[in-house]
Amino acid sequence: MNPFETLRFAFGGLAANKVRSGLTMLGVLIGVAAVIILLAVGNGSSQAVKDSIEKLGTNALTVSSGGGFGGTSTATSTKPLTVDDARALADPASAPDVESVAPEVTTSQSALYDGTSHTVNQVVGTYPAYFKASNSKVAKGDYFSADDVLNSRKVAVIGSTTATDLFGTASPVGKKIVIGGTPFTVVGVLETKGGTGFQDPDDTVIAPLPTVQNAFTGFSGGISQILVEAKSAGATTPAQNEITEVLMSQHGIKDSSALDFRVSSQASLLDTQASTNKTFTVLLGAVAAISLLVGGIGITNIMLVTVTERTREIGIRKAIGAPKGVILGQFLAESTLLSLVGGGLGVVGGLIGSRFTIVGIKPVIIPESVVGAFAIAVAIGLFFGSYPANRAASLRPIEALRHE
Amino acid sequence: MRQLLRGLGRGGEGGHRAGAPAAAAAEEESPWGPSPVIEVRSLLKTYGHGDAVVRALGGPPDPVTGDSPGVNLVVEQGDMIAVMGSSGSGKSTLMNILGCLDVPTAGRYLLDGIDVGGLDEHQLSLVRNRKIGFVFQSFNLVPRTPALAQVELPLAYAGVKTAERRRRARAALELVGLADRVDHRPNELSGGQQQRVAVARALVTAPAMLLADEPTGNLDSHSTEDVLAIMDRLNASGRTVVLITHEDEVARHAKRVLRLVDGQIVADIRQAPVDGPPPALRDPAVFAARSPHALTSGGS
Repeated sequence: MNPFETLRFAFGGLAANKVRSGLTMLGVLIGVAAVIILLAVGNGSSQAVKDSIEKLGTNALTVSSGGGFGGTSTATSTKPLTVDDARALADPASAPDVESVAPEVTTSQSALYDGTSHTVNQVVGTYPAYFKASNSKVAKGDYFSADDVLNSRKVAVIGSTTATDLFGTASPVGKKIVIGGTPFTVVGVLETKGGTGFQDPDDTVIAPLPTVQNAFTGFSGGISQILVEAKSAGATTPAQNEITEVLMSQHGIKDSSALDFRVSSQASLLDTQASTNKTFTVLLGAVAAISLLVGGIGITNIMLVTVTERTREIGIRKAIGAPKGVILGQFLAESTLLSLVGGGLGVVGGLIGSRFTIVGIKPVIIPESVVGAFAIAVAIGLFFGSYPANRAASLRPIEALRHE
Repeated sequence: MRQLLRGLGRGGEGGHRAGAPAAAAAEEESPWGPSPVIEVRSLLKTYGHGDAVVRALGGPPDPVTGDSPGVNLVVEQGDMIAVMGSSGSGKSTLMNILGCLDVPTAGRYLLDGIDVGGLDEHQLSLVRNRKIGFVFQSFNLVPRTPALAQVELPLAYAGVKTAERRRRARAALELVGLADRVDHRPNELSGGQQQRVAVARALVTAPAMLLADEPTGNLDSHSTEDVLAIMDRLNASGRTVVLITHEDEVARHAKRVLRLVDGQIVADIRQAPVDGPPPALRDPAVFAARSPHALTSGGS
């Protein structure tokens, strides 16, 4: 009995019960495809997070008012962040790792152009340094300048979503829009950032800080947050320490556990998100692995039925001299063939399924998962098939022949 | 084990024995002549334990010693024997033991000079493959397999190469008159044809003996004659045949008839000498005239 013949017998055995073999393969197919697709979805979502880290700029640090989570109670009083704080941070003597500083005020206003109204999520008043720190580039027109800030000129750079909503396909540069009753001249349109979060980062209007304060927020309430850019990605940690020191002295705080402000880096924020994603991927993988296991149990089940059904045939084969190894090989070949074909089709199904966007996530296939899922499926066929095959091979010929 | 291999080697050559009388010389290598195909000594088979023990073979225990006499049997090379008995007489048990499908509770069994009792599972499968050709009452063909593949199967297990295997399988099918049915599956063949495929499968490995358990039990009288005629021809060409039956019509074909009652041989009648053709081919006209079915089976 050469391997080719064993394989031929196995094919014959499977072909004798096409529906049953097909359904068993379907079990393995679903298992393998599920592993590939779900891991690809998990991987796709963490890839998306990684992409947005790069978009936001890994050098950026955000200083916002208020203590750490739950830590506010220790602060005696919370002083708002001010432009003076920002100015102190920009001093290279006390904060050498800081590249640039941009104070921000944020509000939400409705914008009007030529009868078209649109509610802008984020109207940001800031300094020109904001563009670089937040990794925002203009596609058309130009940034506003420090001069515009000093003179509180009513100019604005708008995000791509805001631009299409207000202007459609027309170029907004040089046009006048009315935001919350104040007319602004559009000087530039930002490049599309694209985003995965709930908030569209492209629905924004960026204007000089004093202009926005003047028109909407007023000067008394301080600023919403300060965007700080560190000199390099590696310098974010020393920069974070310098910022903390400078602001502690600015706010007159001695105790470092009672801060009334918070410094967070984009990278650390997104690291947290990435680890959440990892848990998510592992969970998805576990669910898929269970379905693969169930597929394997399906193989055992069907092979046990097959062995029982073909007990007499096994008896005949033994009576005409089939050694134990040949019977074992034949049934193992059948179960392995089931898992091999099922696994192969599962890989195809998984690869096709991963081409579609699933719940808003573009799946990114992990090559190891394809190889792994296939290998595990085949191993499952061998492992789960060995019990029924062994049972068939150990049948005593006389009992097998008497079996009805 | 060495003896086994030597024995198997001879069994393999046996294929030529059927056609070439010169091969008979090879059997004379032992100074005591050819060893008997079957040599059974004090064979005993019981099922169950204690009071519930059932003696399938070997007869009731001696009231004094408590030992069963057991079955003793020697079958010569080239003989054609019929084992007769009603159901429950132990003939199927005997057949299963002779066919190495079952193991005796006690006693010795030498098949073609090999002590079968000392063989393990793998060696037993080799013995079944090369020494014994089975023909069953219910044909026992492998389902969904064409006749040619069916006959090739024992050769495949024996490791014969494809071309050689095909050639021998075709020759065997030709011998049973089914050369035109090689691609038919069991469900496309009549009962008689199925049994002839089974006979072809049994003789394709050129075994030391052909073991037929009620080979005509499920066949009409015409097919019965066909199958028995094949058996006669095989025996005439030197093959040892053991028939298990309860029909006198079948037993008539044998050279020697054993009668089993309650697991013991009660009669041993020789109808024709070991050497020479079986009764049916000795004087066909007389044999046919004596047949109880003379009117219906005259054509075969």
